[in-house]
Amino acid sequence: MLANVRGIDSTTALWYASRATGVVALLLLTAVLLLGILVTRQGRLPGLPRFAVTGLHRNLSLLAVAFVAVHVLTAVTDGYVNIPLTAAVVPLASPYEPLALGLGAVSLDITIAVIATSLLRRHLSRRVWRAVHLLAYASWPVAWLHSITASSDMRHGWMFALAIGTALAVVAAVIWRLAAAARDVPRAERVGLLMSAVHGAHGRERTTRR
Amino acid sequence: MTERLVVNPIECDGHGACAELLPEMITLDEWGYPIVDGRPVPPALDRDARAAVSACPTLALRLLRS
Amino acid sequence: MTTAMRGTSAEGTATDLPRLLPASQQPQEWHAHAARYGGRVPFRGAPGRLIPDVREAGLTGRGGAAFPVHRKLEAVLDAATSRRKTAVVIGNGAESEPASDKDATLLWLAPHLVLDGLQLAAEAVGADQAILYTHADRRHDVGRRLEQALTQRRQAGVERVTVQLAQAPPRFLSGQETAVVNHLGGGPSIPTFIPPRPSERGFDGAPTLVQNAETLAHLALIARHGPRWFRQVGTAAEPGSTLCTIRRADGTARVTEVPLGMPLRDLLGPVTLDGAVLIGGYHGTWLPVAQAVQLTLDNHALQAAGARVGAGIVITLPPDSCGIAETARVVRYLALESAGQCGPCLNGLPRMAAALAELAGARPRRQARADLERWAGLVTGRGACHHPDGTARLVRSALVTFAAELDRHGRGRCSGTNPRPFLPVPRAQARTEEDWT
Ligand code: HEM
Ligand SMILES: Cc1cc2nc3c(=O)[nH]c(=O)nc-3n(C[C@H](O)[C@H](O)[C@H](O)COP(=O)(O)O)c2cc1C
Ligand code: SF4
Ligand code: SF4
Repeated sequence: MLANVRGIDSTTALWYASRATGVVALLLLTAVLLLGILVTRQGRLPGLPRFAVTGLHRNLSLLAVAFVAVHVLTAVTDGYVNIPLTAAVVPLASPYEPLALGLGAVSLDITIAVIATSLLRRHLSRRVWRAVHLLAYASWPVAWLHSITASSDMRHGWMFALAIGTALAVVAAVIWRLAAAARDVPRAERVGLLMSAVHGAHGRERTTRR
Repeated sequence: MTERLVVNPIECDGHGACAELLPEMITLDEWGYPIVDGRPVPPALDRDARAAVSACPTLALRLLRS
Repeated sequence: MTTAMRGTSAEGTATDLPRLLPASQQPQEWHAHAARYGGRVPFRGAPGRLIPDVREAGLTGRGGAAFPVHRKLEAVLDAATSRRKTAVVIGNGAESEPASDKDATLLWLAPHLVLDGLQLAAEAVGADQAILYTHADRRHDVGRRLEQALTQRRQAGVERVTVQLAQAPPRFLSGQETAVVNHLGGGPSIPTFIPPRPSERGFDGAPTLVQNAETLAHLALIARHGPRWFRQVGTAAEPGSTLCTIRRADGTARVTEVPLGMPLRDLLGPVTLDGAVLIGGYHGTWLPVAQAVQLTLDNHALQAAGARVGAGIVITLPPDSCGIAETARVVRYLALESAGQCGPCLNGLPRMAAALAELAGARPRRQARADLERWAGLVTGRGACHHPDGTARLVRSALVTFAAELDRHGRGRCSGTNPRPFLPVPRAQARTEEDWT
């Protein structure tokens, strides 16, 4: 929208920085979500040790919040439109594009909760940590909607293609995740299942009597 | 104060990340589950032990004071 | 279960046995109990006061692990004091081991002794709540008997702490300590990870004492007669008497009370020397009869042979049964009873069961024996509970005790002529989560 009619100068630099970091943050969060699913399914990245998947998932998520922080600060500092700092975390606190920015705030709140609990993981019960962590599945679509609604550029051209690409990747990964969940054998039935599997392995139980 | 590694076998999903980070004290059995050396963690391995604990996706691996 | 004839004390021992079971073999109502032991529960007046007597008596748990009772009492009392949380006492009469019948027999014949013990244990740790946990699926309706007993006690005015009755699902694991606490707290009847120990944080988050039903009965008698009396039978290291379930080769079974340290020769009765006995039940150890008759029934003596008293189960294998086939059936049952929540147990036990089934047949692969040895080592000590350890112990002892028979199977022969199953194993059921609730 406005960006189309302006060249980059000192006043618009912040605006551009804000949008660029926003796009990178979305890409990073997408990667983090995909990696999270990979961790859960005990998948590996080709050529990397197992702990690398967990490590990347964690470190990219920290990098993502760093980008979100710059994204927010630049948008707030930029004087062109008036966005109060509170709008970063409080939905509807901005007079400018309250809905779109509200989505961003919600997504950031959830992401902060997910990361904060993860950093304190050792002090939490697994149940509590996981319950919060699964909110990541809500935060991503909200972040995506925020990107699409806040920026008209994201609705056109290669940026739009990028947005659709991330959505497809996430949908595919979630389906892959749900497929695993559906195949999950309830705890009580696992032993019985393995039992019939191994008993089949070397022929059926034979008995001989003298 | 000495610390020992303890794995909660109920939580452990056999990801095996711990064994990669601390092969001196953790090996994997033929089904991919960790066999953990229960002796006190020597100071030289302290950092690796902590890395292994924080890499465990299910919080199954812990350092317990004894 | 096979019919049980209840015996009295061991023949030929100069003791006051039986201490726990009524000599008449008739269920003891309150008046009979009061006439034998006195009509009051010998309360000590304050928490902790009974503990020195229990320590001096040297009472150990009779649920299988033989853990010193005074240490558990102390741990629970300490936790209750330091956390300012009132303790809970659970009497464990789940007796999930299919070959055992001693707790059900005790609860049927002498319920008041166990209930006395429950009250005294509650006082010792300052508990305000007690639960008696029994097996849902026993020959006798123990639950109803206990309800009657509780009514009689309330009428006699001897109850201080309210006792609730609860039933264990008929599963092998349901008597395991953390599984008991888990189930009573509304969860499935499967074990949880330690730490935290129940003595630290158990039922409803409170410090919880879990003690076998027979242990409580001994406790009640120590409170009455004192530690010196308790030590009049048994060995110096392992004092007192213990209930045993004895299964003979002819299929008869009986519950009897014997002093610890009793010669197994006397306990077994007439046996053929080239046979085998199973000591300690399904988490126990097969021993050749020739070796067993040299031993006594106490952990010190049995340890040297790799065995333990466990819950006091002693079974003689009929000479015409195949020990491998019997073990294979039991291990299959034990594997199916695994909660399947720990990787090594989930993976190891079914494989061990399959390998044993193969060894029970003709011309098994050579590899099967080596596999079993390895898997027994791999599962030991790696579960949240001791179920894999006990199962591995049984398997290893079978490999040693029935080594000659295994060689015979390798040549396509078997000395077992009677294919009828001997060891009691509940029918395998399809497993769902509901089985644990
Ligand atoms: C310090 C930061 C983080 C750490 C240490 C961390 C750690 C983990 C771990 C260990 C798992 C595996 C869970 C399991 O298998 O039980 C996981 C899964 C996951 N994580 Fe994270 N995470 C972090 C941040 C994030 C963020 C910011 C997101 C948001 C996009 C996220 C999204 C996910 C998702 C979607 C899963 C898969 C959950 C499932 O389906 O079971 N994580 N994470
Ligand atoms: C698989 C498994 C099953 C058990 N089943 C019983 C049982 O049925 N009854 C029992 O008293 N103890 C059982 N135990 C032992 C208990 O965990 C616990 O040690 C005992 O109840 C404590 O009481 P005690 O110290 O008086 O023996 C079982 C243990 C295991 C590992
Ligand atoms: S990293 Fe954790 S889950 Fe994976 S094997 Fe080690 S202890 Fe088990
Ligand atoms: S060791 Fe086996 S039986 Fe015990 S809790 Fe783990 S899975 Fe269940």
